[in-house]
Amino acid sequence: MNSKIKKDSKKRIFFDNASTTRIDDQVFKEMESYFRENYGNPSSLHDFGELAKNAVESARKKVANLVGASAEEIYFTSCGTESNNLALWGLARALKGKGNHVISSVIEHHSVLNPLKEMKKNGWNISLVPVDKCGLINTKDIENEITDSTILISIMHANNEIGTIQKLKEISLIAKKNNIIFHSDGVATAGIIPVNVRELGIDAYSFSAQQLHGPKGVAALFIKKGTGIRPIFLGGTQEKGRRAGTENVPGIVGFGKACELAKIKMEDNIKYISKLRDNLINGIINKVKDVKLNGSTTDRLPGNVHISFKYIEGESILLMLNMEGIAAASGSSCTSQALKSSHVLNAIGLSPTMAQGSVLFSLGKYNTVEEVSRLLEVLPPIVKRLREMSPIYKE
Amino acid sequence: MVAYSKKVMEHFMNPRNVGEIKDADGIGEIGNPVCGDMMSFYIKVKDNKLEDIKFKTFGCGAAIAVSSMVSEAAKGKTLDEALRITNKDIAKKLGGLPKNKLHCSNLGADALHKAIKDYLDKKGK
Repeated sequence: MNSKIKKDSKKRIFFDNASTTRIDDQVFKEMESYFRENYGNPSSLHDFGELAKNAVESARKKVANLVGASAEEIYFTSCGTESNNLALWGLARALKGKGNHVISSVIEHHSVLNPLKEMKKNGWNISLVPVDKCGLINTKDIENEITDSTILISIMHANNEIGTIQKLKEISLIAKKNNIIFHSDGVATAGIIPVNVRELGIDAYSFSAQQLHGPKGVAALFIKKGTGIRPIFLGGTQEKGRRAGTENVPGIVGFGKACELAKIKMEDNIKYISKLRDNLINGIINKVKDVKLNGSTTDRLPGNVHISFKYIEGESILLMLNMEGIAAASGSSCTSQALKSSHVLNAIGLSPTMAQGSVLFSLGKYNTVEEVSRLLEVLPPIVKRLREMSPIYKE
Repeated sequence: MVAYSKKVMEHFMNPRNVGEIKDADGIGEIGNPVCGDMMSFYIKVKDNKLEDIKFKTFGCGAAIAVSSMVSEAAKGKTLDEALRITNKDIAKKLGGLPKNKLHCSNLGADALHKAIKDYLDKKGK
């Protein structure tokens, strides 16, 4: 956006925590020495290397602990997208002798949908199950897609746009019964809501540091012990040969700290953030007519407020909010480079007009009651202004 | 997000000639919410000149700025002059538009021309 527009940086409000999060000061502090002093390569034999290796292994434990896994089941990658690519390609290729059918859903993140598209071109059969109007998958639909050649099911834990949380346990039971490997994209959930891969019965789980107040450039894939996977990066023996490449030591250290903090503070954060969320949802519904909350009212991420404003378009709303120093996101086609409205909003059956008028406010632990009040002050006049300009607006 | 020019932002934040004309001499509607943008132009003609123009737009920042710029550029012009305004002219006057937003500028002049044609059709009857 136009950087020349003057803004009081102190008054900036970040309601786009689904895109990324602000790094926690404690995390940043923990990382610092691994840039400046302890910059060794974990593969080196000398003390510099050992120090780095120890730091990586200590972080691995903390990362594993967040999702209830063992340290040896955590593989570090560079981002959520890489974790998802590694899971899909890696698991499907390891299982190639068994079959070539993969089941996923229509509302997955592009880092799942696009690899699946590419896999289809390479001989795999892909089935995408639909969702209901709240964004929930009917597990029966998954069951109905299963064939003798089904090797992998990949279903996201919570949707990054509308915040709907899937019933993973039910899906994992179906997978287990049919002897199918189950991967879940947990980028929107890990560190936000409790995740236990054992209780959920998951074989592989992707999650990312930048979503839980850790640094960008580091993520993980949990792979249950005994699960075969083929690497997609080939090179050295890092990460037991399953992900070659020098480890991002400062990033991994930060990821570890962020997971530790997320775990300790999870209950408090959930309570705090969902209260902000409910205040914001109720505030918007009370102050603005003709709005619709998208997603589920019950199975919803604590920080997710996804609202469609009838008669107006999302990018216009975002631009005006940005002039007020408020950052949010939208599923409108006008905000996407591809000029396509969000596939998630299409999948839940939202009308094109309502998809165009959608705004996602995603809240996090650094947001405050005052910030929510400020948004509730500036938003109604913005909506009013744009509606007065709209040819389809009827009072 | 979108790198809009200063001019685009200025027109977006302070759009000229927003509204409807109740007894318009010509109306031009273009686009639909499905494709993302929708514009309605209303014109009042006197002595072969565009005496008044108003518009309403559903769409992104570029769509609103383009509508505003078209209305400003055409107001007071003769019908022939207004019909010669191209979408390219509008984009240029706005200091350019991001590549993926050029389709918005393609709607603006078209909607105005549609309104003029509507007027000419009605007059011809």
